[in-house]
Amino acid sequence: MAKIKSLADLQKMKADVQNKVDLREKGDAVDKLVQVKVSMATCGIASGAKQIMEFFMDELDKRNIGAVVTQTGCMGYCYAEPTIEVTLPGQEPVVYGYVDQSKADDIIEKYIKNGELVDGIIPQNYETIDDKK
Amino acid sequence: MKDISLHILDIAQNSISAKASVIAINITDSINQNIYSVEIIDNGKGIPSEMMPTITDPWTTSRITRKVGLGIPLFKQNAELTGGHFSIESEVGIGTQLKATFIKDNIDCLPQGDIQGVLLMLVFSNTEIDFSYTFTTDKGEYTFDTNEIKQVLEGVSILQPEIKKYLKEMLAENIKELY
Repeated sequence: MAKIKSLADLQKMKADVQNKVDLREKGDAVDKLVQVKVSMATCGIASGAKQIMEFFMDELDKRNIGAVVTQTGCMGYCYAEPTIEVTLPGQEPVVYGYVDQSKADDIIEKYIKNGELVDGIIPQNYETIDDKK
Repeated sequence: MKDISLHILDIAQNSISAKASVIAINITDSINQNIYSVEIIDNGKGIPSEMMPTITDPWTTSRITRKVGLGIPLFKQNAELTGGHFSIESEVGIGTQLKATFIKDNIDCLPQGDIQGVLLMLVFSNTEIDFSYTFTTDKGEYTFDTNEIKQVLEGVSILQPEIKKYLKEMLAENIKELY
C-alpha cells in the first residue's frame, strides 16, 4: 500500500514550490487580482454556494486567472442565492444573483476575461422592503 | 441543509463573523456508539448573555440585513430529529462551543456529505484563521492543524496550487485510513 501523505513530505515539497512561487509572484500584487466573494450564510449554503465556490476556485486556477476567492456573509439578497460579488482590478464591484454552474462559467468567460456584463446583475440601488419604510 | 458538512460550513461561518482567530472542529463518527457528533469551538467574541436564552430561536440574529437567523435552529432540528442532542455555550470575550450529536442508525440522520471539501474550503478562504480538525472513529484519530502546516511551510503561502493539491490528498488519505 502506498504511504500516506504527511507533514514531513510537505516540508520536502516546500523548497520546490518556493522556487516556482518566486517566479509567479512578480506582478501578483493583490490589487491587480480579480476578487470573487461568494455569499455563504445559511441561505447561500442551502442554495448550493459551496459548489459555486469550489467551481470558481478550481476553474480560475485551471484557466490561469489570478484571483482571490473568498467567502462573505449574507448580502441580504436571500431570494437570489447563490450570489457572488466580482471585483475586477480598479473597477466597482458587481453583484450577480442566481449563480449556477453555467452562469459561473459565463461570468468567468465573459465578465472576468473580457469585461462584458452578464445577465443577472443585482443593481446596487436595490432596496429591500425594510429599507423602503 | 442536505448534509452535515453543509451545516458545519454554515456554523463555522458564525465563528468567522465573530472574528475568531482559532477554530477547532472535532468530528466523532462511531458505529459502536452509534453516533456522529460535531463539535465547533472558537475563540470569537462570544454571544451576549441576553441573547443566549433565544439563541436557537429562528427569530434571533445579530445580523441587520434581515430578521431571521436559521443556521443554529436548523442544525439543532436536524440533530434532534435523529434522537440526538444539541448544546451551545458561550462567554463574551472568550468564545463559543457548540455540539451536535446525530444518532447514526436513525432514518432521519443526514449523510456526512463532502466533509473534506468543506473543511478545506474554510482553510483556503480564511487563511488568517487557524483551523484544527480532529476526526475520531472506532479505528483511530487524526488531527489536521493548519497552524502546524503553516509552520512547516515557513512563509510559503498555503494557497499555492501545489500545496493545495497536496493538502487535499493528505486530508483525504488520512480520513480514509480511519474507516
